[in-house]
Amino acid sequence: MSTAKVGIIVFPGSNCDADTYHVFNNIIGVDTKFIWHKSATLEDRNIVILPGGFSYGDYLRCGAIAKFSPIMSEIIRFAQKGGIVIGICNGFQVLCETGLLPGALIRNRMLKFICDLVTLKVENNKSIFTSYYEIKEEIKLPIAHGEGNYVCDSDTLSELIGNNQVLFTYTENPNGSTGNIAGLQNVSRNILGLMPHPERASESILGNTDGIRLLRCVAESVI
Amino acid sequence: MTYPVVNKSLAFELGLLEEEYEKILSILGRTPTYTELGIYSVMWSEHCSYKNSILKIKTLPRSGGKLLVNAGEENAGLIDIGEGLAVAFKIESHNHPSAVEPYQGAATGVGGILRDIFTMGARPVAALNSLRFGKLNNERNKFLFRNVVKGIGDYGNCFGVPTISGEIYFEESYNDNPLVNAMAVGLVRHDKTATAKASGIGNPVFIVGSATGKDGIHGATFASEEISDSSESKRPSVQVGDPFTEKLLLEATLELINSEIVVGIQDMGAAGITCSTSEMSAKGDVGMKINLDEVPLRDSNMTAYEIMLSESQERMLVVIKKGQEDKAREIFEKWDLNCALIGEVTRDKNIKIFYKGKLEADVPARSLVLGGDAPVYQRESKVPDYIAETTTFDAEALLMPDNFNNVLSKLLSDPDIANKKWVYSQYDSQVMTNSIVLPGGDASVIRIKGSKKGVAMKVDCNSRYVYLNPYVGAMISVAESCRNVVCTGASPLGITNCLNFGNPYDPEVYYQFSEAVRGIGDACRKFNTPVTGGNVSFYNESQNFAILPTPVIGVIGLIDDVSKIVTSDFKQSGDYVILIGKQNSNEVGGSQYLKTIHDKITGKPPLIDLDFELNLHNTLLRLMSESLLNSCHDISDGGIAVALAECCITGENKTGCKIEMNFVHRDDFELFGETQSRVIASTSNAEKVIALCKENNLDAVCIGQTGGDRLIINEFISSSIADLAKSYFTSIGIIMD
Repeated sequence: MSTAKVGIIVFPGSNCDADTYHVFNNIIGVDTKFIWHKSATLEDRNIVILPGGFSYGDYLRCGAIAKFSPIMSEIIRFAQKGGIVIGICNGFQVLCETGLLPGALIRNRMLKFICDLVTLKVENNKSIFTSYYEIKEEIKLPIAHGEGNYVCDSDTLSELIGNNQVLFTYTENPNGSTGNIAGLQNVSRNILGLMPHPERASESILGNTDGIRLLRCVAESVI
Repeated sequence: MTYPVVNKSLAFELGLLEEEYEKILSILGRTPTYTELGIYSVMWSEHCSYKNSILKIKTLPRSGGKLLVNAGEENAGLIDIGEGLAVAFKIESHNHPSAVEPYQGAATGVGGILRDIFTMGARPVAALNSLRFGKLNNERNKFLFRNVVKGIGDYGNCFGVPTISGEIYFEESYNDNPLVNAMAVGLVRHDKTATAKASGIGNPVFIVGSATGKDGIHGATFASEEISDSSESKRPSVQVGDPFTEKLLLEATLELINSEIVVGIQDMGAAGITCSTSEMSAKGDVGMKINLDEVPLRDSNMTAYEIMLSESQERMLVVIKKGQEDKAREIFEKWDLNCALIGEVTRDKNIKIFYKGKLEADVPARSLVLGGDAPVYQRESKVPDYIAETTTFDAEALLMPDNFNNVLSKLLSDPDIANKKWVYSQYDSQVMTNSIVLPGGDASVIRIKGSKKGVAMKVDCNSRYVYLNPYVGAMISVAESCRNVVCTGASPLGITNCLNFGNPYDPEVYYQFSEAVRGIGDACRKFNTPVTGGNVSFYNESQNFAILPTPVIGVIGLIDDVSKIVTSDFKQSGDYVILIGKQNSNEVGGSQYLKTIHDKITGKPPLIDLDFELNLHNTLLRLMSESLLNSCHDISDGGIAVALAECCITGENKTGCKIEMNFVHRDDFELFGETQSRVIASTSNAEKVIALCKENNLDAVCIGQTGGDRLIINEFISSSIADLAKSYFTSIGIIMD
């Protein structure tokens, strides 16, 4: 029985917050709450999700303003103590901006927003995020981003690979990402950032359930 | 700053006619102030007053069916879908702004229509668009196309609404005057809807959302004249969009409406504060006293005239229940938005505008609005000269192509028909996780969480048909858009229309307009799909000619059980291919074949028999409710050959088919003609499908079977699926990237 208590952070401009809530609360069926960005506490949450969207309109740079939200210092403290944090799409961008994950996300190679279904390869299934997948399994997840081109220097890339931090790669790179990286975890393995949207692939009526294994895996990792 | 002297010539400059200026003098019994003249000029512009269209619009079926509010009463139409839920939807044009500033023009078009939906209390759940450009053989048209698409994408994506369906055509007549029509669809519980009516003497009036700036002043007037060389100077009339603020405004507005302290609310689009104050007051038969000193401004150096006419985006006018002012402020503060008390509802039925201690305007609200004293005209109408020529076109004299495979390939790669993934991959079509039929098929479908129901939607218009016969062409627009939603398994419930035409003072244009409206009305009455509202956009003219008349139809259909949805692509080998409806085609007038292959827009458009069409819809819905169809695809542009190719190549499992048909007319007419009221279906149970059609007196013939990796039609077509897919999927990208 999972004791997951999921907190979904709502920034002004978040727009996948309700979608992610729907999957955790109604499909997986765990205790799920929204947490307003002005809140000073994460309450009793043991899984924190930074959802997709356009926090603060992404006007300065994706995620650049969200990192100054009151709740962010709480999230950093929580993450540093080993708390589970997942950043999806815009949430991934926020995690990179705050330094919780290495590297940065810049404009897609073709300089266009891309909404599409992409094939990912599971590079490491020994993580609290991916243990429900087979190693090297190919899964399909939707992407929808204008700035999903992951960049880092070559030393960082070597470290990411050497530490098995890369969890998902694109089989056909849609956006120019370094090392075809679609999702990665931190060294301590409690923080995940990924550009594709698992919450959009979590119900058979939507034609794809490849994403729910990730979210379920995390929810059930909390005992 | 001193205002110019008000006189007749100033009134002309602002776009008013002499008779209209005289009417203002008689309403007021005095010379208007400059601000008042500005107010009348925008409220009586074509864009706000519908003065040249309203007499015709009133002939449309605007009530009945599942309508919860009659057309024109509120910001958008509202249709009951059962279980206490309603769908709010509307389409609107943003053509002129997009012609001079495509990115912002298109973006603010999306923003405006989304606000129309959420002022109803409905959360927007889908966005659609209908676009027209000149041909993609010059850089200007590519620039317009690229930036309109980017503007639509950036706004909708950031706002967080899935842009789920659309249509795009490229014709020379749209060279200088592209069309950008944006439609939005929202969901609301019946008991949570809001009204655009002001009421309750003494109730406070708030302006919420963005601050007011100098952008978009006289945008409504600009929309009411032809595009010309001087239009470039109207760039400042184009508003600037801020989707992030709109997203905050959405959340704050819905929170405000749900807290039950709203008396009335209206978004500020064309003519900003002027239009919202006067329309809300006139609807409630009250007045308003407004103090412009309280309006949050981006530029402190603005005159009353500018504040009243600004079309700054992302603003709303809200009447709150007296005593609940703090509650309203609290909600908007949470979302970091302005919420300023600017006035109150008054008994005297006038709009009184004060600024810096001076009474700037004092005019009867009713005198400004449609349904009040705004002018109403019946224009002169004349059958266009070109019709004599196009109707006598002899199709039999057309040269017979020597290779039908090449014709098919050319049609599939024509940007009009080719897959539009280059466009829709720039739109987030999946946010909200309700999209179950994505862009690229006949109609798109969203599910409703917590219910088995789904909503299908589509925009459609074949403007070539409307040009060649406005009455028949408009009926086909309605029939085809309804057929598209029927092909998914949805019953059409209502339509919204965006009527894009040239200058109504041209009798030929007015003929096109009035005949098109007659056609829409007749078709909608037949299908029991009332017109819930929409928009008229006149003055769409390129330098030397009017655009093809383009009455775009947006339709909403309801599916009771989303598990029974049908899509257009062949699903598997071994299925039977059934042609349901009209079995043969001899009609190439106005067809894509005639345009792409023979470079002509001429002839008579296909005939449409509305009773036959309705029977087709009802029969298809019955077949689908019994889960007999594995796919269903409307036959339209490019005829049966293109439709079959699309069935083969648009699915995840691309599947060929072998077709044997009995042709009774010319081979090219049978293959590429666009006879109406026919669909391609696939099934594992051909006998039952055919029997059920027969029971309904509808022709249905098994014309072949799916399978293999080629599309084969008699001895005329034999193409590999891979080649067809290449023509269809890559052509727009090759032109644009």
